[in-house]
Amino acid sequence: MTSDTTILPSVGITGYGAWIPRRRIGRKTIAGAHAWFNAALMGGARGRRAQASWDEDSITMAVAAARGALAGSDPARVSSLWLASTTLPFLDRQNATLVAEACGLLPAVRTLDLTGSLRAGTGALLSGLLDAGLPEGRTAIHVAADTRRAKPASPDELAFGHGAAAITLGREGIIARLLGWCSESDDLVDHYRAAGQEHDYRWEERWARDEGMVRRAPSIVRALLDDVGMAPSGIARVIVPAATAGDAQRVAKVCGLAPERVTDPLADGCGQTGAAHPLLLLARSLEDAAPGERILLLGFGQGCDALLFETTEAIREYRPAAPVSAALASGWDDDNYMRFLAFEGTIALEAGIRAEADLKTAHSVAYRSHAAVTGLQAGRCSVCGTVQFPPDRVCVNRDCGAIDRMEPYRLADRTARVVSFTSDVLAYHPDPPSRYGMVEFDGGGRLLVEFTEWERAELAVGAAARLVFRIKDYDRTRGFRRYFWKAVPA
Amino acid sequence: MASGIKDKVAIIGMGCSRFGERWGDSAEDLMVEAFTEALADAGIATADIGAAWLGTSYEEIGVGKSAIPLAAALRLPNLPVTRVENLCASGSEAVRGAAYAVAAGACDIALAMGVEKLKDTGYGGLPVRTRGSFNDLWMPSMSAPGLFAQLASAYAAKHGTDPRDLKRAMAHVSVKSHRNGALNEKAHLRRAITEEQVLNAPTVAEPLGVFDCCGVSDGAACAIVTTPEIAARLGKSPIVTIKAMQIAASDGSEMSHTRWDGTSVANTRIAAARAFDEASVRDPAREIGAIEVHDCFSITELVTMEDLGFSKEGRAVQDILDGRYDHDGAVPCQIDGGLKCFGHPIGASGIRMLYELYLQINGRAGKRQLPDLRLGLTHNLGGAPMSNVASVNIIGRLE
Repeated sequence: MTSDTTILPSVGITGYGAWIPRRRIGRKTIAGAHAWFNAALMGGARGRRAQASWDEDSITMAVAAARGALAGSDPARVSSLWLASTTLPFLDRQNATLVAEACGLLPAVRTLDLTGSLRAGTGALLSGLLDAGLPEGRTAIHVAADTRRAKPASPDELAFGHGAAAITLGREGIIARLLGWCSESDDLVDHYRAAGQEHDYRWEERWARDEGMVRRAPSIVRALLDDVGMAPSGIARVIVPAATAGDAQRVAKVCGLAPERVTDPLADGCGQTGAAHPLLLLARSLEDAAPGERILLLGFGQGCDALLFETTEAIREYRPAAPVSAALASGWDDDNYMRFLAFEGTIALEAGIRAEADLKTAHSVAYRSHAAVTGLQAGRCSVCGTVQFPPDRVCVNRDCGAIDRMEPYRLADRTARVVSFTSDVLAYHPDPPSRYGMVEFDGGGRLLVEFTEWERAELAVGAAARLVFRIKDYDRTRGFRRYFWKAVPA
Repeated sequence: MASGIKDKVAIIGMGCSRFGERWGDSAEDLMVEAFTEALADAGIATADIGAAWLGTSYEEIGVGKSAIPLAAALRLPNLPVTRVENLCASGSEAVRGAAYAVAAGACDIALAMGVEKLKDTGYGGLPVRTRGSFNDLWMPSMSAPGLFAQLASAYAAKHGTDPRDLKRAMAHVSVKSHRNGALNEKAHLRRAITEEQVLNAPTVAEPLGVFDCCGVSDGAACAIVTTPEIAARLGKSPIVTIKAMQIAASDGSEMSHTRWDGTSVANTRIAAARAFDEASVRDPAREIGAIEVHDCFSITELVTMEDLGFSKEGRAVQDILDGRYDHDGAVPCQIDGGLKCFGHPIGASGIRMLYELYLQINGRAGKRQLPDLRLGLTHNLGGAPMSNVASVNIIGRLE
């Protein structure tokens, strides 16, 4: 169905944030490893794709993107957080709740997971824009993240990338307004991933492209443009979440849209990020857009969503804290295909006897301490002002010692400095060595913490670091994973 | 004001098993080995013992919980036995229990046993175990060397130490202990090593290499204590008495308060000050003739020299390189090889340190004998720099 243009929502896009994992692997490296088996892969092996580190998943990437989108805003004003993904770590345990708490949002937030199709990203965004329940002065945040795994030597292994994007919505400070939309449901199974399966099963790629996108898109785009009374030439930017620029341009062309207006689908440096891809490309387009530009966003997956936006004057003043371009630029090359496979979970390396430790979680303990562990809430003594983690009942300042005078004090968004550190090859770590140390926060408080993403920064006493939400460890016996905060050297 | 324990308790018998990879022996076998020596040394019978303490840390891979394994192994006739656990300071904790019982008059003769059977884990190094259900939710995957290695990074930054000088001083610590340990028939590691070997060894946790880390050993050590009066009646000469027995434990400051700068072990300083006070030691470097410190890692021994006050703040590197703590230096340290070479069966180590000083004071240390030792100090540390239990004991001749 298409939009009723007479009652367009007063809710619009107010901001965005993106996260692309830093680790990039050359597609030639992947294809080269398979040359003995499937030489044809080399043909399409261009550029680099992004891969989540061992301690990243759709939850942690969603947190990174959402924190970027919410940077500087008051968490108390966020009234809802929806998370779209086809790779949620938990099937029954709301993933969005964890994302919301890690982002510092208050419990009075409406959280929801949306999944089941690559169209979950655009579906969430459209639903949010049409959600009349967003009060004035409040923000809704829509995050999409995907970490799709691919079978070695499959075309997916080359095409996929991991990434996340977050879009904030509100009634004030709108940088892009929805002009119209069109949505169609159609059970075209070009690929699927059945419950319990690790990887996608895929029908012929040409069919998926020609029947799934090229044939379907024109009627939907035409219906939308007719609805809003706009000619194709009025569209400044076209977003087609295809795996390659060629495919994206082809879709634009059959819709009567100029191929040169197609947003680069980020095949090089990122790859196709599944449900997150339309939102990631939207964030990328908004980064460059001037006021008054019309942006057409398409999302595919058992049908199609088409959303038409127009940027406002406010976009001139908007400064994103975590733009896509920065995420793209901060990648590093790691052409280690064995590590790639280990992080994908495809191969199990002998990790030694130290990896045998039982990592069973006491869920009652985890629940009692979720504010400290998920929200990185320390305590600040209301008598002497000492910030302390963990937030115990008795003040650690021995000149104070006040009991039950702690106020919650979030450390996650504060800059830290390294007090001491080491690089440990003895302790078990999925990506050795285990690097950890003591950090101290500007404004007080300290934390014994693991370092992550230290590969491109020299660890040193006094060096600045910032905190990120990551997977702490996996309890493979019980299918559970734990999350905590890690320090990234600046 | 408490009067303290000085000269209220005498050590009349000590025993120590051979430390090392004792594949063929159980924890119980090791306890019997140490006990047999101590009992013969004391010249008493099992029936003369009034109470006993057992110090062991990794009970899950060793004897299991409670003090019953001690009572059963030694066939202690339904004595009051207590198991204590304070990480690597468990042995010192057992001696404290026994000494306080004697000092309180609760019994005439008490026994302290420390034991650890670490080579039944299936791997080198210490086994991984839970840090508690809450800490496991947030603490990184860490090892003991990694926790102590952080001292080096903070120390070098604070004192502007060239990392190469620090590494050389750390190497000197290990070379010295290997030289000493080579003379000790009960030691786990008995080969002398060179500075080059230490510096070129594979890294464990930066900047610690393999030779910066102590041995992980099986072993047991035992002490029998009584009153100085009973010791005299038993004909002991000299009479070795406890001069000070202090333990300080973290209150969470190092972990959660910015007061601690990560370059020292705060509790060592506190326990040492209390011990010198209790023993009426005014000038430690001059009065104390030998020290056995908790050299789990070379960097630990290095900062301990400052924490105990034998080196001035920031001077340990130079003092160590100058040989101040060598066997012929001003303050001989680890004359028995220390944790580094004698070995480190966790629960036994605190008692093993006392064993060496006891032998030295009695003039029974063989090739390692120091001339005329009257006062010695042990430093036994449990935990990690940011959360620990430090024990400082001083023993000497009853003058």
